Amino acid sequence: MKANDLRFAQWFVLVNAAVPGALLAWDAAHRQLGANPVNFAILTTGLLALIFLLLTLLVTPLRSLTGWNWIIFSRRTLGLYAFFYAAAHFLIFFFLDRGGNLASTLSEMVKRNYLIVGSLGLFVMLPLAVTSTNAMIKRLGGQRWRALHRLTYIAAIAGVIHYYMQSRKDVRQPLAFAAILVLLLGYRLLVAARKSQSAPVKAAAAKPSSTRPA
Amino acid sequence: MSDPNKISEREVTDPAVYFNRRQFLQTGLLAASAVATGLAYRQLNPTSTGSVTTAPLAHLVTPAATTTVDNGFRATEPPTSFANITHYNNFYEFSTDKEAVAAASAKFDTKGWQVSVAGLVNHPRVFDLDDLLKISPPEERIYRMRCVEGWSMVVPWAGYSLSKLLALVEPLGSARYVAFESLLDPQRMPGQRGEVLNWPYVEGLRLDEAMHPLTLLASGLYGRALPPQDGAPLRLVTPWKYGFKGIKSIVKIKLVAEQPRTTWNEAAPNEYGFYANVNPEVDHPRWSQATEQPIGKSGRQPTLLFNGYAAQVGHLYAGLDLRANF
Repeated sequence: MKANDLRFAQWFVLVNAAVPGALLAWDAAHRQLGANPVNFAILTTGLLALIFLLLTLLVTPLRSLTGWNWIIFSRRTLGLYAFFYAAAHFLIFFFLDRGGNLASTLSEMVKRNYLIVGSLGLFVMLPLAVTSTNAMIKRLGGQRWRALHRLTYIAAIAGVIHYYMQSRKDVRQPLAFAAILVLLLGYRLLVAARKSQSAPVKAAAAKPSSTRPA
Repeated sequence: MSDPNKISEREVTDPAVYFNRRQFLQTGLLAASAVATGLAYRQLNPTSTGSVTTAPLAHLVTPAATTTVDNGFRATEPPTSFANITHYNNFYEFSTDKEAVAAASAKFDTKGWQVSVAGLVNHPRVFDLDDLLKISPPEERIYRMRCVEGWSMVVPWAGYSLSKLLALVEPLGSARYVAFESLLDPQRMPGQRGEVLNWPYVEGLRLDEAMHPLTLLASGLYGRALPPQDGAPLRLVTPWKYGFKGIKSIVKIKLVAEQPRTTWNEAAPNEYGFYANVNPEVDHPRWSQATEQPIGKSGRQPTLLFNGYAAQVGHLYAGLDLRANF
């Protein structure tokens, strides 16, 4: 793939992922967020964070199923957007719902288990956002970087559980998110299982028979 | 002789032009995709709210702004806007999305509506809606409304005290509770095709709660007939209780001896009790009830015991453990 096309693919993700956030800000500026604007903004940024987490997790399976190797370059951008929307989700809750009151935020968190689960999700995304630069990949080394970034799984699981737990009664949407997440993580488990199954065989085959102890 | 399959050097597009064209196409594609994403977002999050018009109520009685005794009929806070009251509704019979109920219920037809009032009464009767509304002229009552989800409104209802209807049918001495039932009709109420709640929606009050003057049988809002999304044509309003006690689109009222079952209590017994009195001290198991978000205002405000109606209804619960009987 040409450098030109790669740049296009990156811009494609960068621009499109920003559109919902831009429209949300526009609607907020024009007082078009409905009867309960703070609640709406919290819900929408939360949903966007979940959507981008799932899209991030979709990249690897999609790449190996289609052979579109270039989409791997959109993964970090998607993950960063998931973090941005999750951070906005928390900041709107903290500043606009809780009025920036730390005591009220903490006491609310103690009372609401789903806030603890959600905070966990956001918390594990923090090191991922910090280590998202090329320089950090180099510093950590590819293997360690990839291992660290498996925390995305925890973030996505926590996010979906957080969404499920706060639903009053209608859990159809959280369950849809959960189903997609199970597919995406299940794919990885399957791949890992297959690898570990074939690995010992390969190792044995690779061993020259002459080195076997007599 | 020239080979037809051979392209001469001169015919090959100049790479500069080729890449320009490609770049031009890509820029166009980028713009188009951004517009498509924007349209998809707008489809999911529409900003326009349809207007709502219902018939103005004849003979609406507006209580005097100053009364010697504060009966709670007229909250002093400015009412929430008509647009917000009619576009932020918990009415699962139409949609579980509060902002989608208005559109989903717009065509709800209440022609030929009847209400059966029966059970432990001297004069059981099936009322045509018009006859029921004639029992007493509609009074304007400006009530605070606190939803169990943590938001609140101030609503100018119109209607009369339920006690007037009950007096007409004469409850027997054995009657201790009043059970209410909403319309069951999945054809007209699309939300009932799903099993989110156990349909039809049912609610109940203790007889003394039902006889309290604040307990309103509402048929109007902002001086007009009740719009579908707010519970047309007839709903219950108990301003000191969480909003879900205010059963909408009532078709049956029955006087009974035993505490009737109620929909939200059956759906989640540990989260929603029979009483459902507003109480900032008793939290919902999953969230605090200490504060509320007033719709149309910025910032949360403290929630009051019995939603600020303690002076009027506090005596009904003297000696009752409000934590156990939430």
